[in-house]
Amino acid sequence: MKIAIASGKGGTGKTTVATCLSVLLSRAGCHVAYLDCDVEEPNGHIFLKPEITGQERVYLPVPVVDQDKCTLCRKCEEICQYNAIVCMGKKTLVFQELCHACGGCVLVCPANAISEIDREIGLVEDGRAGDVAFAQGKLKIGEALSPPLVKAVKRRALADGISVLDAPPGTTCPVVETVRDADLVILVTEPTPFGLNDLKLAIDMTRQIGIPIAVVINRCDVGDDKTLRYCKQHKIDVLAEIPDDRDVAVAYSTGKLPIDAVKGYSDRLQPLVQRLWGGTR
Amino acid sequence: MKELVVISGKGGTGKTSIVASFASLAQNKALADCDVDAADLHLVLAPRILSRERFVGGRDVRILPGHCTACGKCEEICRFDAIYFDGPGNGMVPKTFRIDPLACEGCGVCAHFCAENAIESKDAQSGEWFISETRHGPMVHARLFAAQENSGKLVSLVRKQAKQLAQERGLELLLVDGSPGIGCPVIASVTGTDFVLIVTEPTLSGKHDLGRVLELTKHFGVKSAVCVNKFDLNVEMTEAIEAFAQESGAKALNRIRYDVAVTKAQVMGTTVVDYTTGAVAQEIKALWQQVVSEMR
Repeated sequence: MKIAIASGKGGTGKTTVATCLSVLLSRAGCHVAYLDCDVEEPNGHIFLKPEITGQERVYLPVPVVDQDKCTLCRKCEEICQYNAIVCMGKKTLVFQELCHACGGCVLVCPANAISEIDREIGLVEDGRAGDVAFAQGKLKIGEALSPPLVKAVKRRALADGISVLDAPPGTTCPVVETVRDADLVILVTEPTPFGLNDLKLAIDMTRQIGIPIAVVINRCDVGDDKTLRYCKQHKIDVLAEIPDDRDVAVAYSTGKLPIDAVKGYSDRLQPLVQRLWGGTR
Repeated sequence: MKELVVISGKGGTGKTSIVASFASLAQNKALADCDVDAADLHLVLAPRILSRERFVGGRDVRILPGHCTACGKCEEICRFDAIYFDGPGNGMVPKTFRIDPLACEGCGVCAHFCAENAIESKDAQSGEWFISETRHGPMVHARLFAAQENSGKLVSLVRKQAKQLAQERGLELLLVDGSPGIGCPVIASVTGTDFVLIVTEPTLSGKHDLGRVLELTKHFGVKSAVCVNKFDLNVEMTEAIEAFAQESGAKALNRIRYDVAVTKAQVMGTTVVDYTTGAVAQEIKALWQQVVSEMR
């Protein structure tokens, strides 16, 4: 089973919920993998402190042009939707960072002038944090295209047990890639106008994909009650409401898991553990 | 005209609240919300929309079931595992191929090579963008439709339109709210800009993400400075982050404290500096003065 933790708005507590949930599920006897799909800014390792034992570099095949064979027919330029290959003067140039690796140019070239080389976009690290299997993606700085790396991280999902996918903030490509085949998406929000606006966008996205959702309201006593009312009105399960607590913020700031550092915190997440593990046992 | 882009690396550090306050403090400026994934600036600035335009971000590719002969060429050449053999049958074959729109990147390669011309590929509207008027000046913003791609392209468009608007109106500053992360929309926000302000928070996650975003601004050769927001949550960490920023060649600017007034202002739909005259507002004002002199 894959459970994605997403949010729309950043900084609402996705990683806190995802890491705590992974550890609590594991302590309850469930086979768990924590997969950090926020490959632009992966933070789960700060809290889980995994021992990294393996590394895989992730590549995309990008075109190279043999200028001697190229007849400047521009067929590659025409098929490319990303402006990544362009005939300029007497040369055909490739802009690798724009390339989505669709392979169209290679197939369409009548002169067989285009081949592909591997371009590294980042890496996936594997390890363990106690009983929790751990993996994270790290996008190379300056790379724009993160979904292929998210895909590579998700290949570590468990065949049995629960894989917790920590999604990036937002609602576009890398988030869609993270959540698209999840069994449940837990949206972590905070009850503020920004939080609610971005929650609605995230709900829109998950509904479009057709995945069941549930909500966790973090810092539930700041802001206003519009988020709770919205969830009730739209019949969205609110699995946990976690009050604002300076101790949690301080534990977070130093990389401690609040379930270990703050008394009573793990009780707040028990409904989630029950829902996920109580039901599948 | 100068352009200031505010980003954060980590999400939820208070970027948009600071941009909204800057919008109130700055003179002769235009605004752009480039966090097109999860735009929030409009919630505070309450824009009155003057014009609304379609954003064509990618291509909608669809197999026409009536024409598909199930030859399998499309499935063979698709690099995105977006083609499934579970489409409806027709008079010729019991099953046809189908494209999963979520997996499809809109490259159109399948449509190009389909021998039966059974694949349709057309421009897809993936969002809309607006020119608006707010009480703090003109603003360009956008909305990407749910589960759509090409946010980088939309960010570039918003920035370009906002620059044009600022030039037409003879304004001196373009104030840009960026998005979290270091990927495509962030790259599209910072390339070629005059100055980047990175708003972070005094946590290990904030520090870690700042490291990556500073590498990014260095990679693109953009001048940047750092502000630690909510600094009093962990003063030791704030000091460590500021020292780290200086080492990385980015100036550490004025700190801002944690204050519930920031959330209250947001709930009231106003900016922090308009909501309170307290210490948090004074700190934001001091930060703004520093940013102004850094940009000179």
